[in-house]
Amino acid sequence: MRDLLNKIKTDVTERLAAVSSEDELEKLRVETLGKKGTLTQVLRGMGALSSEERPVIGQLANDIRSYIEKEMANKKEALAKSALENKLRAEKIDVTAPGTTVRVGKRHPIDQVEQTLCDIFTSMGFEIAEGPEVEYDTYNFQKLNIPENHPARDTQDTFYINERILLRSQTSPVQVRVMEKQRPPIRIISPGRVYRSDAVDATHSPVFHQLEGLVVDKGITMSDLKGMLTAFAKQMFGENTKIRFRPHHFPFTEPSAEVDVSCFVCGGKGCRVCKNEGWIEILGSGMVHPNVLRGCDIDPKIYSGFAFGMGIERIVMIKYAIDDMRLLYENDLRFLEQF
Amino acid sequence: MNLSINWLNDFVNTEGISIKEFCDRMTYTGSKVESYTTLGSDIVNVVVGKITKITKHPDSDHLQICMLDDGEENERQIVTGAQNVFEGALVPVAKAPATLPGGVTIKAGKLRGVESNGMLCSIGELGLTEHDMPGSDNSGIFILNSYIPSDTPLGKDIRDVLMLSDEVVEFEITSNRPDCLSVIGLAREAKVTFDRPMTVSVPKVTESDQNISDYLSVDVKDGRLCKRYAARVIKNVKIEPSPLWMRMRLRAAGVRPINNIVDITNYVMLEYGQPMHAFDYSMLDGSHIIVRCAENGEKFISLDGKEHLLSSSNLVIADEKKAVALAGVMGGANSEIKEETTVVVFESACFDGASVRLTAKSQGMRTESSSRFEKGLDPENCMAALDRACELVNLLGAGETVCGCIDVYKGKKEPATIELECERINKFLGVELSKEQMTKILRDLDFKVEGDLIKVPSFREDVAEMNDIAEEIIRIYGYNKIEATPFKGNVKAGALTQRQVFKNRLHALICGMGFMQCNTFSFVSPKNDDMIMLSPDSRLRRHVIISNPLGEDTSVMRTSLIPNVLEVLEHNNAHNVSRACVYELSHVYIPDDDPEKLPQEPYMIAMGFYGAGDFYTLKGMVEAIFSDCGIKKTRYVACTNDPTFHPGRCANIIARGSVNIGTIGQIHPAVAQEYGISAPVYMAYLPFETLFDISDFKKQYKSLPKFPATARDLSFICERELEVGEIEEVIRKSVGKLIESVELFDIYTGDRLEQNTKSVSFRITFRAADRTLTDDEVNACVDKILASLQKQLNIGIRK
Repeated sequence: MRDLLNKIKTDVTERLAAVSSEDELEKLRVETLGKKGTLTQVLRGMGALSSEERPVIGQLANDIRSYIEKEMANKKEALAKSALENKLRAEKIDVTAPGTTVRVGKRHPIDQVEQTLCDIFTSMGFEIAEGPEVEYDTYNFQKLNIPENHPARDTQDTFYINERILLRSQTSPVQVRVMEKQRPPIRIISPGRVYRSDAVDATHSPVFHQLEGLVVDKGITMSDLKGMLTAFAKQMFGENTKIRFRPHHFPFTEPSAEVDVSCFVCGGKGCRVCKNEGWIEILGSGMVHPNVLRGCDIDPKIYSGFAFGMGIERIVMIKYAIDDMRLLYENDLRFLEQF
Repeated sequence: MNLSINWLNDFVNTEGISIKEFCDRMTYTGSKVESYTTLGSDIVNVVVGKITKITKHPDSDHLQICMLDDGEENERQIVTGAQNVFEGALVPVAKAPATLPGGVTIKAGKLRGVESNGMLCSIGELGLTEHDMPGSDNSGIFILNSYIPSDTPLGKDIRDVLMLSDEVVEFEITSNRPDCLSVIGLAREAKVTFDRPMTVSVPKVTESDQNISDYLSVDVKDGRLCKRYAARVIKNVKIEPSPLWMRMRLRAAGVRPINNIVDITNYVMLEYGQPMHAFDYSMLDGSHIIVRCAENGEKFISLDGKEHLLSSSNLVIADEKKAVALAGVMGGANSEIKEETTVVVFESACFDGASVRLTAKSQGMRTESSSRFEKGLDPENCMAALDRACELVNLLGAGETVCGCIDVYKGKKEPATIELECERINKFLGVELSKEQMTKILRDLDFKVEGDLIKVPSFREDVAEMNDIAEEIIRIYGYNKIEATPFKGNVKAGALTQRQVFKNRLHALICGMGFMQCNTFSFVSPKNDDMIMLSPDSRLRRHVIISNPLGEDTSVMRTSLIPNVLEVLEHNNAHNVSRACVYELSHVYIPDDDPEKLPQEPYMIAMGFYGAGDFYTLKGMVEAIFSDCGIKKTRYVACTNDPTFHPGRCANIIARGSVNIGTIGQIHPAVAQEYGISAPVYMAYLPFETLFDISDFKKQYKSLPKFPATARDLSFICERELEVGEIEEVIRKSVGKLIESVELFDIYTGDRLEQNTKSVSFRITFRAADRTLTDDEVNACVDKILASLQKQLNIGIRK
């Protein structure tokens, strides 16, 4: 009987090795462990054994049974694993085939840059002020220290609606509107559309965007202006960006300065973008003219402030190396998709 | 302003300063340099030569062979086609290899077999004009004999002989510094910038006999418009070209030489910044100059031959009978300096800037003179300029200055005085300069400083208070020496307003749906209204109108974004972009009934596409927007009468009972055709401001359902015309809150149904918050639904 049990063990082990499907495995299980299975048959014959032999053979039979059960379980697992592997192999796809298109629109490049500017300035504690585009002459010129028949009006050829109303030629009137309503401390930016009577060409557009900034408080100095613009330039154009001031004249600031930033393409060595200058003119700025403050009932002896303004299109064009301004207003999707 | 460095050197010696350094440093002290040009650098290897012998070319009728003495050992042979050459002529010789203006290079070669070692030049080939060299003829070789001294060494560089070498610096002078529109003004800036001495000598007038009162009297009627009027008389005038040096300086400054008297007036204007005028005395009726306002309707013919109709706001210089000049703008043809002129009146006056500007503008003639006056000139400058003109007359031998001068000075002003507040200036600029440093800078700039009092020079009308003084000091000290200090001051919370946040949110949402944002012009063509077929009485046809537009196409402010977005679609369609999905969120401009009031500028949203879906695609997107904004319970009301849209595929969207929150639909095919688009175009047009007003971002958690839902699918047969929205409403109302959702999942029309009917299928989900609904309860609900539909809409279940 011992031999018989050992033979069953050997047979089953051999046959198990050859099993290649779950069905075969089940068949083998039934033939071995089923009610009429070989091992079951042997166990049934245990009654004929002597009482000395019975526990010994019984032990052996149980060992062999659990051995077979374990082997079959292992086999089952191995079969399942390889079946899954086969299935997965069959499910292989071409990962280089294109994905299902998900169309996402984009903000216009002008708005993207405007948004970046707004983010930078709001993080510095600026609020965003808005004002009308169709504006009174008073706000666009007179209250900005540009009286009627002042030659400074020539540099901003203006669209008029009637004698008193025009399309604002700069975002600066918002400064005045804010100062009339709000007492210092004031810290605002004002982005928006402005209009000048320039024919459309590669570098001019009668509609364009500016961003204006204004700070008024006690003890604001020109070195604060420089500090703030330096911080701005670093955030906008990179940590190594430097700025420099050039004296200039704007009627609503005194002193006034044009501001250049070191070229963010070449770092100041000179390249095509900066026309080999190493610097790019980016904004105008200055200390708010006392006449402007007084006009808004703010005493220049107590308060001082600075203002700055930049053309957004100019930054967009430099940033993305766009050589023709018309592209920005044509709205060709093949252009807009690039940003 | 074009500055000749040769001219500048009369006042401040700039030797040893490279042109690049000159330009950079002048820019950094406030005189912005646009560019510079080195005159004469394009002429290389051109010298004075003398023609010693001319022979005919053996093989040509029109070519001649010239032998030239150009100062070298051997004579030079040059073949020329010009016919005006003669033996003994002095000519400009381009010695091969040579370079001429315009990048022309001259090489040695053979002309019909005869060797030619260069070229004889015309004035044009030297970059000159007949005005620069009066009496010359550009059709032949430039014969130098009457233009240069006869002892000029042969072989001398033509640039030195004709004074063609100069550096010309173009400055952008800002409107507050008219004093810098002059050589002397810029010399003053150069003096301070480079810390070099400056010499301006007081002009010396050599007066002859007679007295000016024998010739002329002057009356100024309006002392406000004419602050000063000074005049002198020159007699025995001989009109001829001015000398080479003067012509070349005028040329460098970009002014065309004319004759000695006119050139003197221009020369003085450039040197002193004071516009001058010269009248032919013989043309002045009554020997009397009257400075007065024109009569309304008075006619005047200016020097350039144009006739002007004047008004009482135009100041004129007149004699007893007629206007002879438009004050500060241009002289009249009637008193112009001519060849025969023998007595000249020089005018050096100071007119009111605003008045000159207005006149120049209204008469459409901006001149060198008017553009200076309009910036406000210094009346103190008049007399020096006038005397300088007379000095030059003497120097040029152009005539004799009659004794005495006329000077009517009604607008004399005391110089402004400003306190020197060192501490305040330092604090304001963020620097630490001593009083001595400040005083030196101011004195260098011709300010007088006595104690704490600054006297502003008369030519600096722009300087009025502390800020101005601070600017003077800092521009000379150096803007870039200001330290950048970390920004301080009361910190404000840089927060966006709710409206700004809402706008950003909508942009992000709409972009996320695949719409590309566009930016279009705010002014449009009034024809757009017809393009989108606005009804004749539409309010949107009332525009804010630009009085001086660039053109018809940009002449009115838009009242709708729809045409703009259609134009964008048109552009892309025309460029074969197969699908386009774009939006604009921007202002429209709605005029007020009162033209003196500003228009409303609400934001609108226009979302349009072709090739990217249909009505329901767009509707789904719009619904997502409303949902995101917390706008619930919207109704879509079919709209058949919006002429821009397809009458059968358009809806007005209603929220909160009766608030219109937009229009959605297919653009009328006839409108789309106007934009050249044959594919269906869909557009949603939403009022941003209304959306913002009714948006609701208040959110409160609702507990998740604890009990299961039961769904029933029901199909109904109804008339095709019946809107599913109506069926849905009846379903919802019939049961009330046990209905969780009503979802349309199929609409069927076809052969298996009667004509003009359709089958609509809904999945209706029922749920109670506090229990599991029993079948009986759900069946009761369904029965109620069926009964209501039958009763209210007369429709039954599909069997």
